[in-house]
Order: sequence, then structure tokens, then C-alpha cells
Amino acid sequence: MKLLTLNFLSCAVKTCKTSPLSFPLHPKDAELAKDDVEPNPDLLTNILPRLDWSALRTTAAELGFPDLPETAPSPEELVEGGKTVQDLHELLMETQIVEGKLVCGCCGHEYAVREGIANFLLPSHLV
Amino acid sequence: MSRPEDTLSADVHYDDVEARKYTTSSRIQNIQASMTQRALELLDLPGPSLILDVGCGSGLSGEILSAVPPDEGGPHAWIGMDISASMLDVALQRDVEGDLLLADIGQGVPFRAGAFDAAVSISAIQWLCNAESSETSPAQRLARFFGGLYQSLKRGGRAVCQFYPKNDVQRQMITAAAVKAGFGAGLLEDDPETKNVKVYLVLTVGGDATGGRDITSVVEGMEGVDVMDSRKKGTKGGKGEIKKGSKAWIMNKKEQMERKGKVVKASSKYTGRKRRIQF
Ligand SMILES: C[S@@+](CC[C@H](N)C(=O)[O-])C[C@H]1O[C@@H](n2cnc3c(N)ncnc32)[C@H](O)[C@@H]1O
Ligand SMILES: [Zn+2]
Repeated sequence: MKLLTLNFLSCAVKTCKTSPLSFPLHPKDAELAKDDVEPNPDLLTNILPRLDWSALRTTAAELGFPDLPETAPSPEELVEGGKTVQDLHELLMETQIVEGKLVCGCCGHEYAVREGIANFLLPSHLV
Repeated sequence: MSRPEDTLSADVHYDDVEARKYTTSSRIQNIQASMTQRALELLDLPGPSLILDVGCGSGLSGEILSAVPPDEGGPHAWIGMDISASMLDVALQRDVEGDLLLADIGQGVPFRAGAFDAAVSISAIQWLCNAESSETSPAQRLARFFGGLYQSLKRGGRAVCQFYPKNDVQRQMITAAAVKAGFGAGLLEDDPETKNVKVYLVLTVGGDATGGRDITSVVEGMEGVDVMDSRKKGTKGGKGEIKKGSKAWIMNKKEQMERKGKVVKASSKYTGRKRRIQF
């Protein structure tokens, strides 16, 4: 699972829907990999306003990456290209969680990740 | 023709053998590709977008999203949800570019609000018309799906769901559930009244000032279009002229289009197919 996806995923458990603690999910025992992905700056520019930057900072810190800047890059910075875009591309599009778990900070539910695929099937009493 | 949807749950039907058979059939590959292309045409995305692929299976639909060239507004990034581990396994082996989730859309769509520019679903949502267990009903599963889908799309976003309704009851049930969730909804048929008719449910998330485009402009002038709108008067879509989709409306539209010298039959490019998908 790409970190991009993690920045949009929230806990699926019914009682968590309204809790701010259910996002972002927290990686646990995560094994990471890096894929080569063709850069797509227009896509990044499109997604940038919808990113939850503070959640991304949390995720990066939890995975042991160096601190991200406190605020998201501006659209202008993205247009200019250079290192900011490259870093963001690597982090969001190329970095993958291949094995491990994603844990909800509200209910504690653990979503298993295997071969990069997170299992979001819930037992019916949690839906 | 027997429909596996009527007797099996999707994860049981799409086991390892079926997933492989499905994905390697060049006939199916072609049909899924052209329907996805049609969906993209209806989404009319202005540039590279983040798309949810609902019931993505082995990635036959998703890979079309990845393959849109820059001069046609792509390539798009997509996240796929599917209930069949076997289908997802084939997707992994085929090294698709989308991100994959093992998930049951009848349980909801677990993304935060406004995550996606758009959603596509190709040949999947008719599966929701069967209860997966005694604890849920199709109505409940459809409500969870469309409710979650509506939330997960950005305002002004769109979804296109091609599906195979078993009959008019299913078609109504699905459309009504989408409207109830808040979508503006239109049904588009390619090759209507033939054996290989293709039904597309075109959904829009309520337009806002920042450029929500309305369903009526999406399907206007297209053949066999029915517009259902849950939003009452005061919105753009609620204009009270001839009922959209009525014979009179279509004829009227056709005339207008013909006067403008346009090709009227929106489906011409897609007609002439001999068979429809067989499971
Ligand atoms: C005919 S395949 C289409 C796959 C892909 N969209 C394509 O065009 O090739 C239908 C897919 O819908 C999936 N599906 C059916 N019910 C589902 C559910 N409740 N949640 C998620 N996926 C489901 C099936 O597992 C299957 O992969
Ligand atoms: Zn939770």
C-alpha cells in the first residue's frame, strides 16, 4: 500500500466513523519497499490540497522517516519542481507498506497488510 | 443464461481458477477495456486524477485508467477495492499500477470525506443485490455502499458504474439507492434493446459554486437517458421542462442535435457487438 492511500484511508468500523482518532491508521511492524513509479507532477498538484499534511507527518514519523516540514509545499513550489516534488513523489507514490498492520487509534482494530494489500473485510458485528 | 450472482457470493465465485480464466480471456479483456473507456468518457476528467475502482478485480478496468496518455488528461492514479482475494492475487501477478484493498463494498467505503476525484465500477455492483448473509439485506448493503461512495468523492466529483441488472427491479433498486445517498443519477444505455446492452449509472456529487457539473449536462442528448434527481427545485438539475429521458425529451434533443449537425447516436462507436459478457 502506498503512503498516498494511507493518507486517505480511515477505519471502517461503524462506531469509529465520527471519531477523529480513526484517521490516520497507524502502521505497526511495517515492512517497507520502494517501487519505481513514473513521476506525475500534475497528479501531485491536483492531490496536494486534499492531502492531510499533519497526518502525513505523523505517518512519516511513525515509519522512521526524517521530519517533514510543518506545512505542505505550496502549489508554486510543486510547479517549480526540484527536490520538493521529488521528495513528495518518493514518499507518496513510491513508498509502499508491503507487510504489517494498520491500527486504528480509536477502536484498536488491526488491519493486516500482506503483499501490499490491506485487508478491510470486517466481521459483521463491526459494520 | 445463468447468473452466478444469483447463487454464489462473489468471493466464492471468483476463486483462483475463475479469476485466472476471467483475466486471460481476450474477449473479456476487450469488453472490460471498452466499457472502462466509455466510463472515462462520461467522467470527462480534466487532468490526472485519483480514482476509486470499485470491484477492481484483477485490474482489467484499472489498467485502462493508468494507460490514459498525458495529452488525453492522464495518466490517472487509482485505488481498487475487491472482495475476491483470488482476483487481487491475479492483479498482483500482473503488476498493476493501482493500489489494492481487500474489501466488501457492501460494508462501506473506508476513505475519508472528499478523497477521490472520481470513481468507476465496471461489471461489479449487481453483486450487491444479493444478501451475503442472513444479517444483511441487499438494501442495507446498497445503502452502505452508495453512502460511503458519496462521502468519499470530492464535491463536484462523479462516478460511473457499468453494471448488469438482472431485471428492472434490480435496476430500480440500485438507482434508487444511489439517489437516496444524495447523488444526482442518470442511466445511460449503449446498444439498448439488444442482447449486449450496456447499462451505465452516471452519478454526480451535488454541484457547488466551485464548478460542480450537473448530471443533466453529462448525459444530455445521449440516447436512452433517464435522469433521476433527489435534489429538489432550486438546483440547476431540477429544471421543470420536459421530463428528462421521456420519449418526447429524447426526440426533442435528437432534433436539436440534428439541426446542429451532430452525430446523434452517442453509442455508435460501441454498437455492433455480438455478445455480452458471460460468466
Ligand atoms: C466481472 S468482475 C470485474 C472486475 C474489473 N472491474 C474488470 O473490469 O475486469 C466483478 C468483480 O466485482 C467484485 N465484487 C463483487 N462483489 C463485491 C463486493 N461486495 N465488494 C467488492 N468487490 C466485489 C468481484 O470480486 C469481481 O472481481
Ligand atoms: Zn476503528
